[in-house]
This record gives sequence, C-alpha cells and structure tokens, in this order.
Amino acid sequence: MAREILYREALNEALREEMRRDPTVFLMGEGIAERGGSYKVTVDLLKEFSPQRVIDTPIAEASFTGAGVGAAIAGMRPVVEILFIDFTMLILDQIINQAAKYKFMSGGKAPVPFVLRSQGGVGNGLAAQHSESLEALFYHIPGLKVVMPSTPYDAKGLLKSAIRCDEPVIFLEHKLLYMTKGDVPEAEYTINFGQADIKKRGKHATIIAWSNMVPRSLDAAAKLANEGIDVEVIDPRTLVPLDKATILASVRKTERVVIVQEAVRRGGVASDIASIIQAEAFDYLDAPIEIVAGLNSPVPFNLSLESRVVPREEDIINAVKKVMYI
Amino acid sequence: MYTKEFLAQLYKKLYTIRVFESRCIQLYRQGLIRGYFHPYLGEEAIAVGACAAIERHDYITSTHRGHGHCIAKGAKVKFMVAELLGKKTGYCKGLGGSMHIADLAVGNLGANAIVGANLPLGVGAALASSMKKDGKVTVVFISDGASNNGVFSESMNLAAIWNLPLITIVENNQYAVSTPITQSTCEANLFKRGEALGITSQQIDGNDVLTVYETVKNFAEHCRRGEGPFLIEAITFRHGGHHVNDPGLYMPKEKLDYYMSIDPIKRGRQYLLEKGGASDNEVKEIEATVEKNMEEAIRFAQSSDELAFDDFLAIVEGY
Repeated sequence: MAREILYREALNEALREEMRRDPTVFLMGEGIAERGGSYKVTVDLLKEFSPQRVIDTPIAEASFTGAGVGAAIAGMRPVVEILFIDFTMLILDQIINQAAKYKFMSGGKAPVPFVLRSQGGVGNGLAAQHSESLEALFYHIPGLKVVMPSTPYDAKGLLKSAIRCDEPVIFLEHKLLYMTKGDVPEAEYTINFGQADIKKRGKHATIIAWSNMVPRSLDAAAKLANEGIDVEVIDPRTLVPLDKATILASVRKTERVVIVQEAVRRGGVASDIASIIQAEAFDYLDAPIEIVAGLNSPVPFNLSLESRVVPREEDIINAVKKVMYI
Repeated sequence: MYTKEFLAQLYKKLYTIRVFESRCIQLYRQGLIRGYFHPYLGEEAIAVGACAAIERHDYITSTHRGHGHCIAKGAKVKFMVAELLGKKTGYCKGLGGSMHIADLAVGNLGANAIVGANLPLGVGAALASSMKKDGKVTVVFISDGASNNGVFSESMNLAAIWNLPLITIVENNQYAVSTPITQSTCEANLFKRGEALGITSQQIDGNDVLTVYETVKNFAEHCRRGEGPFLIEAITFRHGGHHVNDPGLYMPKEKLDYYMSIDPIKRGRQYLLEKGGASDNEVKEIEATVEKNMEEAIRFAQSSDELAFDDFLAIVEGY
C-alpha cells in the first residue's frame, strides 16, 4: 500500500529503517539530533536511537566529515550531513583526496561505505552561499557515486541503497523538494543506482532533467501537451553511474533532446551528457541538443533576479520548441 | 625490567627501518624507485616505540613520511619494496606507492600525502572503536607541519568531546618541508595545543625508543578504560632534507650533529647491550638477519610483475 508523504519524510524513513536494520549505520551533522536538522530530515531519530548514533557535531566540517570517512574505513556506515552544499567546499579534501581515492590507493581492497548527504539549489532568497548546485564538482571525481532524487519515492529508495553501498556516495537533495509530496509504498524497497526513471513518456522530444528540474520539466511538458507536443521526461536519478541506455533509447525514439540543469551552464553535467549523446547517437539527432541551465553567475539575493538565473518553465518550453523547429 | 627479547625486538625494528630507508634511497638513486620518497631516517624511535606499545589489531594512520610507521606496525618489507617499485605484489598493487601504503591486516589504515588529513581519519577510526566497543586504540602520527593545519585543532577537539581512544603523536622534527617550526608558530611547544583543548598532553624525547614506548603504553591503557584522548609531542630531527632530492641545506650542521649524537638506532643498540645484556655478536646477528631479509625483499620486488592494464581497469570499473 502506498501513501502520500513528503520528500523529507521519505528520507527520514530511509534513515530510520537502515539504522534499525544495521547497527553500524550512524548519523553525524550540525543540529541533526535534538533539532532534527534544518530541513527536518532527521527529526525524532534521537527518540529511537542513542546520541552515539545521531551525533550533533561542532562546526568543524572538514574534520567530522573526515571522521566519517575514517569510521567507514574502520567498518561503520556513517551518513554525514552537510547543511548546505555550499559548505562542502570545506570538506573537499576529505571527500576527494580521501574517500574517493582510498579504495583505489589501497589497491582496490578497502571499502569505504560512506554517505554524504547535502542539499543544494535556489530556495527563496538564500543568496550566493546557500543556493548553489554543485553536482558537477563531484561528478568530475572518479570514485564517487552521485545521487540526486527528485521525488519522495526515489529519495527513499536511493538513500537506502546509498547506505548499503560499499563506495562513497554523494547524496544531493534539493531544498525546494523537501515539502513536496509523492506516493511511497509502506513495504520496504530500494532503488538500484544507474537506473533512470522515465517520469513521463512521450514521442516528440526528450527532456533529461534531475532534482528540482524534474517537476519543472514536467510542468513544462504539461503545457506543451496542450499544444499537441508530446515530450518524454527522463530523470537519471543517479548521475554516477549514469543510465546511458535509457537516455540513448529515448534519443533514438524522439531524435530531439533538451537537457535541463539548475547548475550554471559552464562545465556542467548537461554538457557531458550532451557529449555522450552526440558520440553515441549522432545519426539519430534531428536538431542540435539544447541545454537549459543556470546563468554563469552566483545566485543573487533579490527574488526577481534569483528567478532569472535558473531555468524557468518557459525556458524549457522554448528549448523544446527550438529543437522541434517550431 | 625489560627482557633481552623485547629489547632485541625493538632494535630489530629500528634497524629494519634504517636499512629499509638507506637501501631504498640507493634504489631511488639508481632510478628503480620513482616519484616522491620522504625518508624516516632519524625518527625511527617514534614509530617503533609507539607500535610496540599497542596491539596488532589497534589502528594507526600515517603520513607521507610513513615507511617507518608501516614497518613498525608489522608490514613485511618485501611487499613494501614491491610497492615502492610499483609492482603488483606491493601492498597496493603498485597503485599507491610510497605515500599511500596501507596494510589493513595489521591495523595500518594507511599513509597519507595530504599533510594533516590522516588525523580526522584517525578520529573516525577511534570513533568507530568507541561505538563498537571493540577496545581498540588508534594512534595517529602527524608532523609539526600538520599542527598548523585547520583540521588539527578541529580533530583534536572532536576527539576530546567524544572521549575517543586516540593518541595523537606529533613528530616534531622541527621543519615543515624547509620552514623551521619557530617561523611557523609563536608557541613551538606544540603539546600546549592539546592542553588548550582539555587534552592530557606530554612533550617527550622522540629519539628515545623506551621513552616513546612507556608514554604510549601508559596512554593506551587509559584509552582502553575510556579515558582518552591524549597528545604526545615527540621531539626529533630528520637526518636529511624533506625528501630524497632535498639536500636540506637549511638545516644547521651543529643541530644535525647533536641529533646524530642521540641517534635512535645507536641508543636502541645501547639499550639492547646494556639493559638487555646482549653480546656484540647477538646484535650483529640481528643486523645480519635484517640486511639479508632486505636483500631478499629487493630481489622479490625486482622479479615481480607490474599490474596488467586490464587488471587495473577492473579496479576502476564504474569510477
């Protein structure tokens, strides 16, 4: 039986279930215990689990993240929360030089079952140091998995898989998705990495989007449907590993592609996906691939300006029309 | 109070590190070892004393100057030489090299080429032990250079508030690459930084293997009773520059002469002869065994294969 719950509640359920299942799973972060986290993802977990398993840390991101990595190497399954993805700039050594390379440097022997949870994206006026979309940074690094769920169902199933994964996982949530609702089964389930989900089937063009750009693309698709344009919306759900097969099958069917990312345009994941498509399905394309992305700019505080630096519904609609030469 | 066997064991480890580093420097000069190589010469007493004071299953994390820690914790030199030569029989199949040797079977969680980064990892290992209640102690070797890195203060603070079974040993060799400690801090007595965070801290002679052993032994017992963490500042001096190709011209000769006069190997030998009552011949026998073992290790490494590219690809599949 499915019931409708919030994205943040789905994440909370995933953490709770995995902590019940496996005593080596524990949580660390700033204000996650008594307070339940800034976005209430860890709310009430302290009521069920000891303070040793739901740990409030000092403001010492680099070191408590490193401690998480060390604990993972020593046989635990930590889930470390960094409040805003902007703050992960403080922990890059521990993620990139330590977690991502540890197994490799030890000759492929040592697992690092470590999950970093963080959230990104524009909110409502949180300004330049609380609004970034930085998935491309982690996507760039060999040895990391990158997960970006867009629905409560995906959030729960993917977080459970992340916690069971023997390699470091960067699990990126979106602040505007926490209060969104969706169907989530009562029964236990997990979602394998590397399996895209076709959020809407269609035949005229393919939109590839992740995180908060998925609901925005679906809204755009609904408007386009009113005009008789039937687009397919694909959510890769995990950027590493990337489900190339599902993407390429859709491209071969629709022959037109729009990639939507909230992150800034330069050096983004969208560009990389575009390069994969042109390399592996070039002959199928009927139009150049369109990328709808954030401006190459820090996020402004002013709300009117903020709404202009990330893709809007109309930008997506225009891009679809462009690849269809309408 | 120390048995001859125990002192012989300590001396054998001290001498093994000395021979390993000296021979590998020769291999480096011959072009057989490539990349960076930071010798532990002159600092051997710290690794040997500390690792003798903890159990095989206890954890250590180590530095870019890590060969000594690795040997002291129980590594086999043949797999170490193989790693330095980039062979597939090395501890990391030749993928890690000098600065990344890990030997998980004996609790060596690995060397680290990012100065200071092994400290938060060690805090994590100690945190895991405290959660699992497995009774293990973690010893983190860091340098005076690392003590000026942000994660030093952060990590020591975490260890303190969480009462972790962690012993941080600052190997104060008085130089961060080429910058003297007096130039990088206004308080060169680094143990005081531990005290500032509420951690029992002690400054010791890092060239005296028995002093290191006794201090770590004592602190490790406290750690196992839930009374950690601790900080040890072990004063020592490199016998050369930062790495093999650094002549260390910035190191004053009179200072080097002084530390040569209190060389940890010499003192370890003296302990074995005087406190252990060993004969000259017994000492020479130990030395001959170590040297023979080292030559066999070099032959083993030289005759080993490199990892095939396909096997390498299998390791990074999905990366």
